[in-house]
Amino acid sequence: MDRIPILRMGPFLLVTIQVDMHDKLALTLQDDLTSRISDVGARGVLIDISSLEIVDSFIGRTLANIASMSRVLDAETVVVGMQPAVAITLVELGMSLPGIRTALNVELGMEYLRQNTIVEGSGDGWDGSED
Amino acid sequence: MAGTVLKTEAVPVRSDADVVMVRQRVRAWVNEMQFSLVDQTKIVTAASELARNTLEHGKGGKLDISMLQNGYRKGIQLVFSDDGPGIPDVRLALTDGYTTGSGMGLGLSGSKRLMNEFYIQTEVNRGTTVSCIRWK
Repeated sequence: MDRIPILRMGPFLLVTIQVDMHDKLALTLQDDLTSRISDVGARGVLIDISSLEIVDSFIGRTLANIASMSRVLDAETVVVGMQPAVAITLVELGMSLPGIRTALNVELGMEYLRQNTIVEGSGDGWDGSED
Repeated sequence: MAGTVLKTEAVPVRSDADVVMVRQRVRAWVNEMQFSLVDQTKIVTAASELARNTLEHGKGGKLDISMLQNGYRKGIQLVFSDDGPGIPDVRLALTDGYTTGSGMGLGLSGSKRLMNEFYIQTEVNRGTTVSCIRWK
């Protein structure tokens, strides 16, 4: 597999990473996602990593890059489903993924995106303070 | 402190795909040795970081995986070796955030935290061997 599929659901893009990604595949995903965000004017990106058995510094950095790039393109990113063992390892490795919004599962992630990407006057939206 | 070597396996580290293979082989070993899930995740993550170092900084090399027995304890030893340019300043290379490549500078320092024992032998223009152990 040399590409990870990106699904569109209304204003959001959904990605489920189900393979053990080699580094180039992660970079391809980064490129594909940023182009898709700009092509379709996506407001949010949800990345499901519940199948990932490890997140090392490279994958962590790729996720952080995707979040930064989508923010610049006016889209929110939420990473969902990280396994507890992966979370423990990431923090011990020295990566706390600052700037990445996470949610426990797809449902909560979608809820977050819906609440934080509504256009104009939606009240207590995302204030962008977590830079 | 190494113990008796019960068995070993060599895995080449010459391409991106080999880094994935390293993760899979190390996973198979730690799973067979019945490490806890958290420990398995730590060991595989450390292996992934070190394999990438071997590939990017060492210009490729190999991994030797060994199962160790030290008294009543079993452990897994990972030895990454390359004939690359070596590390001029090991202490600097072990500093969080220090990088000569494009990464985050967490490869060596981070994987050291994920393992119980960690040794680096390096000589400029001769190569680098990183050896680490996690005991059960």
